[in-house]
Amino acid sequence: MLELRGVNAGYGRAQILRDLSLTVRRGEILCLLGRNGAGKTTTMQAIMGLLPLMSGSVHLDDQEVSALSSHEIPRAGIGYIPQGRRLFAGLTVAQNLEIGLRARNSGPEVLDDVLSLFPRLRERYRQRAQTLSGGEQQMLATARALCLQPKALLLDEPTEGLQPSMIEAIRQVIVKMRETGVAILLVEQRVDAVLSVADHVAFIENGRKGAVFPAAELQADHSIVERYVGV
Amino acid sequence: MELGPYILLASLEGSVTAAVLALTAVGLSLVFGVMRVVNIAHGEFFMLGAVIAWFVAHSLGGNAALGFAAALIIAPLLVGALAIGADMTILKRLKYDPERTIVATIGLLYIIQQVTLMTYGPEARPVEAPFNTRLAIPWFEWGDDGFSLYWPWGLSTTSYKLAVIGAAITVLMGVWVLMTRTRIGLVMRATQADRDMALAFGIPVERVYAMVFGLGAALAAFSAVLIVPIQQAHYLMGADPLLLSFIVVIIGGLGSLPGTVLAAVLIGLSDGIISVFFSPTLAKILATLLVGLVLVFRPHGLFGVRNG
Repeated sequence: MLELRGVNAGYGRAQILRDLSLTVRRGEILCLLGRNGAGKTTTMQAIMGLLPLMSGSVHLDDQEVSALSSHEIPRAGIGYIPQGRRLFAGLTVAQNLEIGLRARNSGPEVLDDVLSLFPRLRERYRQRAQTLSGGEQQMLATARALCLQPKALLLDEPTEGLQPSMIEAIRQVIVKMRETGVAILLVEQRVDAVLSVADHVAFIENGRKGAVFPAAELQADHSIVERYVGV
Repeated sequence: MELGPYILLASLEGSVTAAVLALTAVGLSLVFGVMRVVNIAHGEFFMLGAVIAWFVAHSLGGNAALGFAAALIIAPLLVGALAIGADMTILKRLKYDPERTIVATIGLLYIIQQVTLMTYGPEARPVEAPFNTRLAIPWFEWGDDGFSLYWPWGLSTTSYKLAVIGAAITVLMGVWVLMTRTRIGLVMRATQADRDMALAFGIPVERVYAMVFGLGAALAAFSAVLIVPIQQAHYLMGADPLLLSFIVVIIGGLGSLPGTVLAAVLIGLSDGIISVFFSPTLAKILATLLVGLVLVFRPHGLFGVRNG
């Protein structure tokens, strides 16, 4: 279970997140919805320890991960798939995955499992990451995070700029991860894509958490989404 | 003597410069590439390597080869350790901010220089080469009776100079293997590509930075030990290698190791040849002009990679 308790965080003196509390249970997909600049990406960076918390804490199961130094947070079992993929340029597919495997000393069987989810990466194994297509890069970014055998997975706009077949492939992997009991926090702009996969949707506005709805409820009544996100 | 032997002699001298310069500049390039830190104190790490080499060789006395071999190991280790200390106590506290680290390393430059002046003194002191046989080099001519070899007067090098070139090539290949074939190299390249993502995948970035800073300084110290039997150790000797390293690193492309080595060979050789035929000042002028041209036409250097 991934839990944020009263998190305040920001860049320098500009505070972005205000008293943000969230809970993502094991085997649950929680989607964060909000306008641009509401603090979705900042939430993920705060969880990963990439920006210092002003107050509050982040917990993974019984461990307070916000007390760890940044490089130890992924080792506790949090996989991060950042916006824009941010692969290690200059490194091959194999080397990108190796970095993921080493973070938690995952064995070769983990690599096999991950590659069987993304057979395309096996074909591109010795290629440099930046020579892959957009969809393949997203697969690699996802595979790299899965190499950690994460207990919690953070996905920041995983379908941005992808063609429908790729979106479907990524979606299936996310659902598969939920079945194995991973706590999944998802940020996504495309509301329709979210509602079919998420269990709960939390709205975020000016760095504060708004209401949380079961995804089914939003699917039934679309006006709630429009009220919060205002499309 | 005709022109050919002169050019050969100048290129040999230039190759020694190029070899030492390549080692020093690769250290600077590694630090900039991985840490994004412009290390103004790099030349002082070079100078410290030479001064420590003198101390080691002097205190061991006796056998020149033994003293030199000891210096070749001890000087890079000590300088590397000092650099790691400077990284952990100064650069880390500045959060590796690009501007503030420039000011901090300028401060480090003066501290190292003045402490050396206060302890080692203003003299230039030699370290004896472990071996130094004069090797005459033959040249060919087309005489009346066809092709023949002869030994022009003054065309010679020493076994030590050839050994310097060999040692530099060996260490450079070692750095290449370290960066491309080992686990540490992989971690260093991942950190260079994206620092935040390296952290998000469990790489202890601060430890990687300390190691890279130490390695960069150790490379400068190593090349200084190589050059000190030819040049003598002096507390102001760091300025030239610093300037030339920056020229080389900018021409080669910041953070690119093959570019750095190629640019070092280019600058070293042209420096040698132009110094022999014209003047050392002209060599520096042309090198600086080349930097200007590279910055105008290829701002990322010959081999530089454009980062997002």
